[in-house]
Parts: sequence; C-alpha cells; structure tokens
Amino acid sequence: MWQQIRSNEIRSAVLVAGMLMLLLLIGYFLGLAFLDNGIGGLIIALVVWAIMNMVAFFQGDNILLALSKARKIERDDHPRLYNIVEEMRIASGLEKMPDIYIIDDPALNAFATGRDPKRASVAITSGLLQKLNRDELQGVIGHELAHIKNRDVLLMSLCSILLGTIVILAYYATYMLFFSSMTGGRRSSSGGGGGGAQVIILIIGIVLMILAPILARLIYFAISRKREYLADASSALYTRYPEGLASALEKLGGSTAELKSANKATAPMYIINPFRRKGKPATDLSSTHPPISERTRILRSMAGGVSLADYDSAYRQVHKGSGGVITPAAVASAGAVGLRAAGPEAAPIEPEPSKLERTREVSDLMWRKSNYRTINCDCGTKLKVPPNLKKVNVKCPHCGRIHPL
Amino acid sequence: MPIAGWVIIGIVVVLLLFFAGTYNSLVRLRNQVKNAWAQIDVQLKRRHDLIPNLVETVKGYAAHERGTLEAVTNARNLAQGAIGKGVGAQSKAEADLSGALSKLLAVVENYPDLKANQNFLALQEELTSTENKISFSRQFYNDSVLGYNNKTQMFPSNIIASITRFQAGEFFEVEAPAEREVPKVSFT
Repeated sequence: MWQQIRSNEIRSAVLVAGMLMLLLLIGYFLGLAFLDNGIGGLIIALVVWAIMNMVAFFQGDNILLALSKARKIERDDHPRLYNIVEEMRIASGLEKMPDIYIIDDPALNAFATGRDPKRASVAITSGLLQKLNRDELQGVIGHELAHIKNRDVLLMSLCSILLGTIVILAYYATYMLFFSSMTGGRRSSSGGGGGGAQVIILIIGIVLMILAPILARLIYFAISRKREYLADASSALYTRYPEGLASALEKLGGSTAELKSANKATAPMYIINPFRRKGKPATDLSSTHPPISERTRILRSMAGGVSLADYDSAYRQVHKGSGGVITPAAVASAGAVGLRAAGPEAAPIEPEPSKLERTREVSDLMWRKSNYRTINCDCGTKLKVPPNLKKVNVKCPHCGRIHPL
Repeated sequence: MPIAGWVIIGIVVVLLLFFAGTYNSLVRLRNQVKNAWAQIDVQLKRRHDLIPNLVETVKGYAAHERGTLEAVTNARNLAQGAIGKGVGAQSKAEADLSGALSKLLAVVENYPDLKANQNFLALQEELTSTENKISFSRQFYNDSVLGYNNKTQMFPSNIIASITRFQAGEFFEVEAPAEREVPKVSFT
C-alpha cells in the first residue's frame, strides 16, 4: 500500500518533469523569438509558473471551495455524514479529520482538496447526500480520502497549473507571432547574418506553440486517469466493500443533472467528470476520468478480495492484454484481504433512513445553512423563515395560526 | 590510497546507509502500529461511554428485558477491566461485549415505540458508527502490523530487525465467525 504510493510518486514525478520541460522549452523559444534572449524567456516562464504555484499552494483549497459555493458543516449538522467521513479517516489511517463541505446542488458529485493530509477538505453535493445510502456514501468518501492520502490533490494542482501556464504562454505567443508578422515589425537579430537561423527558430517555435498544449494536456489526462483508478482501488481496500462504490458510481453516472458551479479547471478534482456528455464512450485520451461503466466493471470483478492486487487483476481482466494500473512491487507486498458482507459487520441492524427521510434531512440542513429559522407549527407544518424577514409575526399557511418571530 | 581501500570504504558507507535507512523505516512502521492501536482504544472507550446511555434509554421502554440489559452492562464492565491487559485479553472481552450488544439490539426490534424514539435513533447511529470505527481501526491496525511484520521477517531487513531487537506485532483477532473464512485465492 504505502510502497504503492511511493512508486507512483516516482512515476508521477517523471511525468511532471516532462511537463516542466515543455514549459521551459516554450519559455526558451518565446524568449528567442521576442527578446532575442532564450534565457530571459525561460526565466519569465518560470516566474509566472512560480507565482501561480504559490497562490495555489497557500489559497488553492479556499479558492476552489469558494468557486464551487461550498458550505462547511459540523458534526451536529449531519451526524451520519460526519461519522462516515470519520470512519473512512480511520480506515485510511489519516491523522487529521478533514473539513466537510456541502454544495447545494442536485447534481451528484464530490471532490477533495487541500495541499497535504493535514489540511484537507472533502466536499459533496446535497444531491449526493440525498441519493446515496450509507454503503455507497462510504465508497465515495473512501475514494475522496484516498485522493488526500495519496497526495493526488497536490499533484493534480501542480499539473493543472503547469498545463495552465503552458496553454497561456502558447496562446499569447501565437497571438504575438501573428501580430508581429502582419505588421512586419520583427526585430532583427543582433548577431547579424542569422537570417536562416531566425527562420528555423521561428518554425520550431510555431510547431512548439501548437504541439506543447496538446502534449501537456495528454500527459495531464494520463496522470489524472491513473490517479482515479488508484483512488477506486484504495476505496475498495478501505471499505472492504467494492460494491458500495460501484453502485454509487452507477447512480452518479445515471444522473443527468449538471453541476452548475464546476468549470473546466476544477473538473479533475471531482469523483466523476462533471462535463461528460451522454452517450460518449470517453475511453479516448482526452478525458480526465476513466468511463464510469469501466470503473464499475472493474470494481464488480473483484471477486477474490479487496487488496490492491485484486483490483489490479480485475483491471487486467477488464482490459484484456494490457498492463495493470498498480505497480508490481505494491502487488507483491500486499497480503490477501477479504471482502466484508454488506453493512457493518458488528451491527445487527442498520439505522438506515429511507429515501424520504434522507431528502427531508438534507433539505432541512440546507435551510439551516442558509440561516433560515424553522418554526414547528402545532398542525405539523414546518415553517421556514428567511433570515432577513422584517415582519413581527408569520402565519401558518395551513392552519392560520400566528407565530411570533 | 590504493583502489582496494576506496572500495572498502565505499562498501562500508553503503552498508551504513542501508542500516540507517532500514532501521528508520522499522521505527516508523512500529510507531504506526502503536498509533493504530491507540486509535482502536479511542473507539473502544467511546463505545464503553455510549453503553450506559443506551441501557438507560432502553430501560425506559423495555424494563423487563433485565437479563439482556444486565448482560450488556456486565460485558461492558469486564471489557473496561481488560484495558491494558494485552491485545489478546482485550480483544476477547470486546468480542463478548459485541455479542451482548447485538443481542440487545435484536431484542429492541420488538419495541416499535423505542425504535421511533429520536434519542434512541441518535444513540443507535452513534453506536453503529462506533462499531464501524472499531472495525476500521482494527483493520488499519492489522494492515499496519502486517506491513511491520513483513519488514521484520523478510530478508534483508530481518537481519537489522534481529540485531536491534524489533519484535513482531500481534494481530487483533477476528471476532465474528463469518469473518474467519479463509480469503479466496485465485490463480489466473
């Protein structure tokens, strides 16, 4: 398990280094083309990248949570959700309890954020909290905590910033190239007699401007998909119950509601791609997430046990003839791990609320979080009073009783 | 200095580095095992704290289930007494407590009023979750012990483990008979 994380870190580091090289190349050629100084361009690219990294490192999670309009909840707001997160925290061996956020949206999705396991948050939509039962929610939370435990959040934000910088630089560079060639105002090389060399540099530059963003995106998607598989495998290991996550993913995939607060930059953070289109197989290289049908198929083929090795062999079974997703060292080091039965093993009865109760629970929670006051009328109606109401009394719409505020 | 001298120095340095690295990772794994055990203790204590509350609530609705209630209270006291008496004794006492609790919760099925009580429902959620947390912390403890034991018994780290007296950790035993099933192994 822990070895798996380390060998993955090495592999990811190689890919990240590849992206960094692309960035440096772009910076160098930009410098050559516009400043007559490759090193200068290289330094500018590095500085832009460093500033974006600093912002993401210190404020990235807050920005992401604010962008997705997530509200923090405490234990008393939703004891069951809090308990599930704590259960998964224990199973994953995380030391600190992550903060829990709710996004008021009927779409089904969830994400984890935070630069390290000591400063981490999980956010889930209110739709998810309503639709999933305890086992399914456990699987989803297990997946998110696996992202935290495996330090995917840090890796993915590092990558997305690299990608962003490359895209921005390439975009402005092509723009400037067109602009300068149209006005003919190209600075002459100070070396003199370098007309041929200048043209070659220009051509390499143009090719690079076109290829680099595409290449960077492919690397980025490859890393992202790999991390999703690993998080699924870890979730199965934590919960000892892959069916929970499989059935949750199925529900997530079946829902058509689109998450309003997601955007392209934050997409890889979610448990499923918030922008997937119906009917598109999405097995291609241009996707941040593996297709849901494939993820559930792998989870359901884990017949023998729930260790990472079992996930790996299930993956091989689904992808006939391809290599596994988990490194051989990790497969060898992990012992056999058995599945557990549905529901918690020691508890004879599960206090599982019905769908209606869950819906009521979640809507009450969202009202409370919006600072609405609740008044229980004697006729059984629950009145929700908005926080900025100026009136002194409210009348119950059902029985006409007057309630003072 | 002749080349042989450099080679010997090089070998010694590599050996020292290997020794230090292995020793440190053994310490790290042993601390993880200790910490995982502390996590189980936290959850067990939480369960002990919840039980008097539960017994009181059930008593209000099902006073004549005295035998079952007493069995739970006794098992709880025994489990509390077993704290600090070693992994084996403690896991036995906790298994007995789990058994008594599941009997009580089965009896509760006959009292619809009790099952509708908000206080009881909240307690039941807490108890269910605590049971889950116990099994998850036990699971993490056993995973940690497995990793640690592998390190102390496998070559070549076992040499350093035996020189520096790292002893193998003890697994937290399974409690339910269903869990004792041998994991299926498939050779594909």
